Amino acid sequence: MLNKNALKTLLMVVPLVTLAACKSGPTDAELEAEANSQAEAAAQQVADAQAVADAEAKRVDVAKADALQKAKDMFESEKATLVAQNVVYFDFDQASVKSDFHSVLDMHAAFLVKNPGQSIVVEGHCDNRGTPEYNIALGERRAQSVETYLMNAGVSSAQVSVVSYGEEKPAVQGGSEYAFAQNRRGIVVYQ
Amino acid sequence: MTTWIFKFSSKQVTIMAAAVLLFFNFQLNAATNEIIITGGIESARPIGVVPFKYLGNTSLPENLSEVVASDLQRSGKFNPLKLSLMPQFPTTDTEINYAAWAQKGIDMVLVGSVESTGLNQFLVTFELVDVLRAQATGGQAKTLENGKLVMTRDHVIEKRTKTINGSDFRQYAHIISDIVYEKLTGQRGAFLTRIAYIKVLDRDTNPKPYRLVIADYDNVNPTTLLSSPEPLMSPTWSPDGNTLAYVSFENKRSQIYLQDIYTTSRTRLTDFPGINGAPNFSPDGKKLAMVLSKDGNPEIYIMDLQTRNLTRITRNRAIDTEPSWTPDGKSLIFTSERGGKPQIYQVNLASNRKSRLTFEGEMNLGGAITPDNSQLVIVNRTRGDYHIAKQDLKNGDMLVLTNTYLDESPSISPNGSMIIYSVLENGKPALAWVSLDGRFSFKEPVADGEVKSPSWSPFLL
Repeated sequence: MLNKNALKTLLMVVPLVTLAACKSGPTDAELEAEANSQAEAAAQQVADAQAVADAEAKRVDVAKADALQKAKDMFESEKATLVAQNVVYFDFDQASVKSDFHSVLDMHAAFLVKNPGQSIVVEGHCDNRGTPEYNIALGERRAQSVETYLMNAGVSSAQVSVVSYGEEKPAVQGGSEYAFAQNRRGIVVYQ
Repeated sequence: MTTWIFKFSSKQVTIMAAAVLLFFNFQLNAATNEIIITGGIESARPIGVVPFKYLGNTSLPENLSEVVASDLQRSGKFNPLKLSLMPQFPTTDTEINYAAWAQKGIDMVLVGSVESTGLNQFLVTFELVDVLRAQATGGQAKTLENGKLVMTRDHVIEKRTKTINGSDFRQYAHIISDIVYEKLTGQRGAFLTRIAYIKVLDRDTNPKPYRLVIADYDNVNPTTLLSSPEPLMSPTWSPDGNTLAYVSFENKRSQIYLQDIYTTSRTRLTDFPGINGAPNFSPDGKKLAMVLSKDGNPEIYIMDLQTRNLTRITRNRAIDTEPSWTPDGKSLIFTSERGGKPQIYQVNLASNRKSRLTFEGEMNLGGAITPDNSQLVIVNRTRGDYHIAKQDLKNGDMLVLTNTYLDESPSISPNGSMIIYSVLENGKPALAWVSLDGRFSFKEPVADGEVKSPSWSPFLL
């Protein structure tokens, strides 16, 4: 059942609807033109937006490439710097990393932490005093102590492997103290 | 014997086919490898090794008596008389003027002849004559045989005749040396043996500078078994002399290989993480002792070569390396740092009980026991100097045998009379030899590369 207010509303709305029906509206052509122009505007808007977006993307790409190149350059130059100072020296029959070489190993460690995809091999070498077999063992211990130093500085174990060459690959030939000192070494080799 | 000679000859035939002239020149030049005697000739027994007379007109592939004289000299037990000092050049016992040799202080004379009997066939005859005995009996001793007094020529210690091929001259010369040596010393000769070693050529100019080489015991007829761009180490012979075990870094890490020296085919035996090193065959050839660091640090293991099963022998945080079998195969000796500095220890393989063998000097490394189980041969470090030494296994007395520089890698001849080792000569590793009594020593002139890690083969016949 309808209440009074609802009835009133109904009585008011009916004449309005009738009036509207009597008024003459825009032609179909007008409507079409209107629609077209609206579509054009919209298309233009989309195109403009696309252009802006394209430009932006291009800018971003260039920036990205720049950054990438810069990073790559930096990586390579940092790596080159590190490769140029990749040797640490040991005392006779000793395998502990001397404090003189902490800073250079810290640099390697920082680089390796920053570049977890980079892997290295630490080579251990000895002078030719003692037997070749004992020196293989000593060389491994030297390589391992460099490895341990780097891992303590945050380098992932997955990035580091070690190999000992003992006295088989001397840097300097001969039996002088100088040769001995140059040959007792650990080398960080970037892969 | 037959097998070995056959194999060796076929190898020589191959070389000859490749370069006949080169081979012959090489053979002639290499008749004796020059050596520099560094001590002990005064303790050697004088002997006359008379040039063997040649009945033929083709050129001889090898000077037999020259090789014999070189062998006897290298043993340190004999001092062959120089040709220029010989009173005469007899070919047979009957031609010998006993008094003339005795006057020169020579009590033993080796005479002989070589006769060409056909294409590449030679009849070799030799006699080893006791000059003093001959003088005493006038060459006509009488002895009682079946109750009758008969004439003997007992001053002729040995007389043999054999037909040999042109390619067998060198081996036959070594056989003559073995006979002379054994007749006069009572000890088996080790002249028909070989050595293996690592040669390193200039690493800046050679793409494959590391060479695994085998040669006759006197370093004649060297043959390269393997050339590598990366280090090769620790060659060691199987007891049958057919196989070498060694370490190669060809794959940028250490791996142990076995290689047949005749077919040159090889097998990779180990590829564990870390060190794969110091291989050493058990006396029965069935097992290989080795060092692996796969469990963190270098430990001694034994691999059964049939099953490839590993048995771990040491468990220690210190370095354990350089395993070497006792002659009975029941124990290993090895170098360990467990006491602070490297010293030699022995482990009984049945009980796994370990004992320390060396106490003298700052370090003792690279131990090996003589075939008669009486001496331990080691690299001893005293006051910073590394020398080859021996320690008596019964009374513990140690005797330093060498006075060269940075001595390492001693390897004992199978008859226990000599040690070959590596020295630093003009800054380069080279080969040197010392007799087990330490009295006689010699070295080779500096070679065209570094020569290291020598290993003496077992008896090959």
